[in-house]
Amino acid sequence: MSSTAPSLLRRTPLYECHVAAGAKLVDFAGWEMPIQYEGVLEEHMAVRETCGIFDVSHMGQIETSGADALALLQRLLSNDVAKIAPGGGGGGGGGAQYSVLCREDGGVLDDLFTYRLDSDRYLTVTNASNHVRDLAWFAAHALELPDVQVEDRIEDWAMLAVQGPLAREMVQAISDSPLPVRMTAETRRLAGRETLVCGSGYTGEDGVELLCAPEDAPALWDDIVRRGAVPAGLGARDTLRLEACFHLYGNDLSVERGPIEAGLGWCCKEDTGFIGSEAVREARLSEPAQRLVAFAIDGPGIARQGNPIVGGGEVTSGTYSPCLRTGIGLAYVPSQSAEVGTELEVDVRGKMRPAVVKDKPLYRKGS
Amino acid sequence: MAQASYPEDLLYHPEHDWARIDESDPEHATLGITWYAQDALGEVVFFDPPAVGTALTKDASYAEVESVKAVSDVVAPLSGTIVEANEALADNPAMINEDPYGEGWLVKVRLSDPSEREALLDAASYKGTLAG
Repeated sequence: MSSTAPSLLRRTPLYECHVAAGAKLVDFAGWEMPIQYEGVLEEHMAVRETCGIFDVSHMGQIETSGADALALLQRLLSNDVAKIAPGGGGGGGGGAQYSVLCREDGGVLDDLFTYRLDSDRYLTVTNASNHVRDLAWFAAHALELPDVQVEDRIEDWAMLAVQGPLAREMVQAISDSPLPVRMTAETRRLAGRETLVCGSGYTGEDGVELLCAPEDAPALWDDIVRRGAVPAGLGARDTLRLEACFHLYGNDLSVERGPIEAGLGWCCKEDTGFIGSEAVREARLSEPAQRLVAFAIDGPGIARQGNPIVGGGEVTSGTYSPCLRTGIGLAYVPSQSAEVGTELEVDVRGKMRPAVVKDKPLYRKGS
Repeated sequence: MAQASYPEDLLYHPEHDWARIDESDPEHATLGITWYAQDALGEVVFFDPPAVGTALTKDASYAEVESVKAVSDVVAPLSGTIVEANEALADNPAMINEDPYGEGWLVKVRLSDPSEREALLDAASYKGTLAG
């Protein structure tokens, strides 16, 4: 891994900011990304207690527009895209929605956030590792409809996540008007730079995600850091999302797994007839063999991805929880072992570690 | 410890472990991981001290240190038997980061073949392996 020539890795517009902040950079899905700056624990707690800022410019964007944009997204995305509200005020924007992209057999191709930019214009954010495949899937199905355009916008947007109890306040201070509420996205001028501000995130904290022109990203980053946001890397992003029990594609989701067993039935609306809806409907009616559960290790030890569950199943994400100060994770277990309170045993490199199935999320504010 | 440091009085194994042998007692050694190892690993959040009496084989793993991100094997720089483990690390594993050559020591061993030390590196040679 360390032998990969740096020149082969893509860099985000914020690369110089990361180097200046003393980041440790790693190869993540072909991008040279900061895994940490000062330390994962410190960055994690900054997001929980004050505010952290993440570069998520490696994530991809697909813009879908035209009179049939809604029809295409309804066909591709598992959620009811018609429910994404158009913007209320001027300046464009609208609601936001989480969904999965399924194959015909219900296998999950990606999990995505979609923002409504205008009455017939939507922006879908993809995982870096899936962007090319998602784009091909969108483009192929767009051919089935007369009036829809699918565009790759990954080169046009830099993306920052500002997360934590003080995040809104810090971004508000440089905004020309009040920030959009949770799960909506609207255009604002932040310190004079046009930015799509989205009331979303993947940390379990309040905050915003900012999409801006790549050339504006370093100044925007510096502005928010100067106001006290702590640069946070992919290491903290992983511990934060896992405490909040948010899925990570490639760990907890794959084409081998369907949304029902993954616990994502809530974002599947089979009546819309999306690709894979028949398989999802069937899975919903029959108990799946395994279900994804959240667990905490009872005692010492940290389970990791790939560790077997005694009696069947496997850990798909495992880490140390800085807030709970114990090993936590997500695991597929036999459905009869999926009930909260069930005691599990995880084979952590030959040591049997007791664990308990927990309510999701594993960490909640004030708990 | 924020700055890289490789004390002159220690012996080093290329897998980023150190051994301290007091010349008045060449049958025993204290072992730990180097500044480079703890820095690469990041904040250590878990260390399970191995049991006293555990046999160590030079170049083989005898324990694990875990950071938030990953688990790493700790390789024995010398062969022997554990006579004491640093139990304080079970509650305060961050000491491995803060003081890797002092309070962050891992185990003390009775050496089964004290001549094995000839194969270890001095501080300058070890630093040379890091430069590449």
